[in-house]
Amino acid sequence: MNGFRAILVRDIRLSLRQAGGAGAALAFMLAFLVLIPLAIGPDQATLSLLAPGLLWISLLLAVLLTTDRMFQQDYEDGTLDLFNAVTLPLELNCLAKALTHWLTVGLPLALISPLLGVLLNLEASMIAPLMLAMVPGSLALSLLASIGGAVTAGLRRGGLLVPLLVLPLYVPVLIFGFSASSGEASSSSSSSAYLVLLAVTLIAFVVQPWASAAALRAYFQ
Amino acid sequence: MRLIADNLACERNGREVFQGLSFSIPAGDYLELRGANGSGKSSLLRILAGLLPVAGGSLTLEGSDAGLPLNQCCHYSGHQDAVKSALTVRENMDFWATMYGGAAVEVALAEFSLEGLADHPAQILSAGQRRRLALTRLLLTPRPIWLLDEPATALDVTHQEKLVALAVSHLARGGMVVAATHGDWGLKPARQLLLGEA
Amino acid sequence: MQVLANPHRFQIISRVVLPWLWSFTVVAFMLGLYLALGASPPDYQQGETVRIMYVHVPAAWMALFIYVVMALASAIALIFRHPLADAAAKTAAPLGAVFCFLALATGSIWGKPMWGTWWAWDARLTSMFVLMLLYLGYMAVWRAFDDPHRAAGLARVVALVGVINIPIVKFSVAWWNTLHQPASIIKMAGPAVDPSMLWPLLVMALAYTLLFLALHLTAIMTEIAARKTRARVLKSVGGT
Repeated sequence: MNGFRAILVRDIRLSLRQAGGAGAALAFMLAFLVLIPLAIGPDQATLSLLAPGLLWISLLLAVLLTTDRMFQQDYEDGTLDLFNAVTLPLELNCLAKALTHWLTVGLPLALISPLLGVLLNLEASMIAPLMLAMVPGSLALSLLASIGGAVTAGLRRGGLLVPLLVLPLYVPVLIFGFSASSGEASSSSSSSAYLVLLAVTLIAFVVQPWASAAALRAYFQ
Repeated sequence: MRLIADNLACERNGREVFQGLSFSIPAGDYLELRGANGSGKSSLLRILAGLLPVAGGSLTLEGSDAGLPLNQCCHYSGHQDAVKSALTVRENMDFWATMYGGAAVEVALAEFSLEGLADHPAQILSAGQRRRLALTRLLLTPRPIWLLDEPATALDVTHQEKLVALAVSHLARGGMVVAATHGDWGLKPARQLLLGEA
Repeated sequence: MQVLANPHRFQIISRVVLPWLWSFTVVAFMLGLYLALGASPPDYQQGETVRIMYVHVPAAWMALFIYVVMALASAIALIFRHPLADAAAKTAAPLGAVFCFLALATGSIWGKPMWGTWWAWDARLTSMFVLMLLYLGYMAVWRAFDDPHRAAGLARVVALVGVINIPIVKFSVAWWNTLHQPASIIKMAGPAVDPSMLWPLLVMALAYTLLFLALHLTAIMTEIAARKTRARVLKSVGGT
């Protein structure tokens, strides 16, 4: 457990000291939100209707775009080789990496983006359910994106491979996350959607360490 | 303790790099790997470190304590330094100390004359200093086998001699060293292995 | 299984089996198309357009079946390091993608007269669409790496993570579909399971499966040959 905590601390430190973390993700989100009314028109009613879904997509993209370098640095400077020699299993190592990403990018954005909904005329009553759903949802997003990050750890020109691999995995998260946050009149369906969202997050929690470690091991050769 | 390789074969990128390699290293011995580029020196070190799977034959460590897997009985020092520029020297060291389960950070820093730089960001280190920082990992926690790939790279004479002295005392304590090198770096090998021409 | 493990022996066996496989495929297609286009009755509602079903439904079945084959081969490669397993997975993917595209395209063509639209985001179409993306992603992994061995290691993981995702996507999209009722009532219950329609369907499915097996075996042999050539080239270059 010491090793797990050590990686969390180290990676959070690195994330705060280096570029490309929460700041970049937030900037991206703002840029994306600006483009929306430019594309679909500034009509307040339309924006209000589409706001929850668009906020989910902006969260999704911001998480996705900040994960492709997640494992790259460790692969390039030889840290990955050393991770094979320590007592902490590679799987827990990968889990720590994904959790770091969530703590530094996913979770802050999940808490901020519903507030940014004001830019899209989001109904005030929607802010709380959106935030509540985005917290576990962003964890699932970070976990799944880190699988893509592990697969592309050694690729310099990874480009669109990570989005292509990860977006199909995002489908369940988006479906249940959106349903859970819509707070519709059929509240029983949104609360059961919330439970399923938690289940999907748990599945991601279990699959991510195995999948990321297996992908990284392919790089040891 | 004894490291025994029997009929070892190595495959890299689908190409067979070497096969039928056998050797036996008793405690206290230094095996030097020589050979042209691409002959498999680095690959053999990676196999010993547990990073590369064995394509044929077997590798056994006799007498290892508590039946630890081979990769946890080695210190592997490859071409890369694994030093994070954004962290201080001490933060780099503390991290690896925790990961390896050792605590000899101050001692290790002192041995490689890095105490003065301990609280500076690793970014300001020169290539030689980074190399020394990478080598301090050898001292964080005792492990029986040292695997060194081109150990003298980037080191000045003083620190090269320092490394040799540390290796000698490691061997005296019953450890083993396997190093791949192009030239003489100061440590006398008990045996040499020439890889390449079959 | 172990008998097939040796690539050389696999090639010998395949060369014997393939002509028979192709013959059976042709026969199955002839029978299937006869049944589908001629002998089976038109639908009382849709008329002759229902016949697209005989091309569309087996294609969809194949798209799913082939992904499972791909995932199984990847699992075998991961666990047993069977030398041909990676080749089997790699070559199955383009075949699966083509069947998937065929299903989507014929489904779209069928949809226009039946529902009045080329596309609808109902549960099955959306799941098929995601399956297509999974195939494309898998194929992209193979292409992204110069070293085929590294690509193989990563492709295995991608295939297995994808196969876990397939049932999850199916479930979640079905849920989504029931929450957001489509604008028109889509009769996706499909055709009746009347024997006069079931048999042509099954025969066509058999024909598709035989076609896949024949193409797959051929592709694996090509892959083995390509590997041998590559190994020979590397060796002749000296390997330094």
